[in-house]
Amino acid sequence: MKGVAVLRSGDYQGKLIVVEGIDGSGKSTQIDLLYKWLQSQGKSVYFSEWNSSALVKGTTKLGKSEKMFTPTTFSLLQATDFADRWENFMQPLLKAGVIVLADRFAFTAFARDVARGVDPTWVRNLYSFAVQPDLVFYFRVPLDVAVERILSGRPKLKYYEAGMDLGLSDNKVTSFRLFQQRIINEYDEMVNEFNFTVMNGTESVEKLQKIVRQHVKKTLQGWEGLPNPLAPVRRSHHRKPPVKNALEKVKEE
Amino acid sequence: MKEVSFYGSGFPYRPIKELGGKLIVLEGTDGVGRSTQTGLLRHWLEAEGYAVADTGLRRSPLTQPGLEAARQGHTLGPLTMSLFYATDFADRLENLIIPVLKAGFVVLSDRYFYSIIARDVVRGLDPQWARDSFGYALKPDIVLYLRAEVPTLISRIVHGRGFNYWESGMDIGIANNLYDGYCIYQSRLIEQLDKMAEEYGFITIDANRPVQAVNEDLKGRIRTILDQNS
Repeated sequence: MKGVAVLRSGDYQGKLIVVEGIDGSGKSTQIDLLYKWLQSQGKSVYFSEWNSSALVKGTTKLGKSEKMFTPTTFSLLQATDFADRWENFMQPLLKAGVIVLADRFAFTAFARDVARGVDPTWVRNLYSFAVQPDLVFYFRVPLDVAVERILSGRPKLKYYEAGMDLGLSDNKVTSFRLFQQRIINEYDEMVNEFNFTVMNGTESVEKLQKIVRQHVKKTLQGWEGLPNPLAPVRRSHHRKPPVKNALEKVKEE
Repeated sequence: MKEVSFYGSGFPYRPIKELGGKLIVLEGTDGVGRSTQTGLLRHWLEAEGYAVADTGLRRSPLTQPGLEAARQGHTLGPLTMSLFYATDFADRLENLIIPVLKAGFVVLSDRYFYSIIARDVVRGLDPQWARDSFGYALKPDIVLYLRAEVPTLISRIVHGRGFNYWESGMDIGIANNLYDGYCIYQSRLIEQLDKMAEEYGFITIDANRPVQAVNEDLKGRIRTILDQNS
């Protein structure tokens, strides 16, 4: 353990479920399926994605396009993004009794920013206003599998994504591999520190989703969340399209 | 050249062995006369033959447009505000203050991170969290804390830029009008800065006096710093 486990327990009415893993680990696919399943179950559920605050978006874009970031400013700006989503959505909704799903959480910062060279204790303190999630799924895949998935899915790697700012290699793919391996090492060290549920990301999507749902069911057992007045009536074929509500607005942006 | 010292872990990925130059910080609440004094000090230092750079809150080219836009809205929560300002501060520290100190400049910083902590604590954030988040901050050579009573601040604000939303703590609903808000909010900030004066070893300067008197006092303090190992 590199830092001090600082995330407090939430004691919120709602449930916080998080997916973590490197790019190409399949985590986003899994949380999307989980989101749809919980919605179809009539649950009050909200989804939040890493780096998606409208308030911070312009600054992130500017810093990336002009390559202005240092490891510290990159870390601080992503924490700002997280804080904005935490203060305006995640925390109030957890208090209200909603199931909050997060595609990446503080652990992404603990892994990536430390891989970039910031102090592990410092970055853990930065996020200490957040809470320990009820479930953290860590999708672990061998580096080669993730790299293969990423490279086949997009035209080219971006500068910061490839960790080019670290000067590990002039070659983007080489740099990406070295950077991702550092991140994997950081994640692996956090498994016990933050009670990760480790998922074998090389399994099929369906098999993984089945396991995800089993864990979620267990976590939700005997729990009463916020009732959803718009819960779909099952087996109705003539349902009106669902009304957009506060929980869905951000997801659509 | 002096030994480099940080409040926490500094920048582990980019160790700095030594720095020339001097980092001089002017702290104090809104309306205390910091920018007037910074301007006067700059002229004086340049006349004395020092290369001077100045900096102040919200001047980072990375965060300036975004932070200004955020201040226009109404959704900026206390944590978000603190971290956004911290990003601004870190950017100026790494990309301006440290490089020019290396080049031997005198840096005049109109506020440092202490003001950010004061505002955080007044907004209900954890004081230790706020302090620990600035572990990368370089320790200045001197922190001059311009301290004036609220009535002095008010006369300066009224004859200066006028009251505004943020300087009156309206975002935390401290009062229902700008005047009362200003009085309550600024006295709470003074309370926090007074605490930090002891903790961080600020030199407190009585800023209730006329501009010239305050300026002479500041020059005297700065001279002792510049005379050291030069």
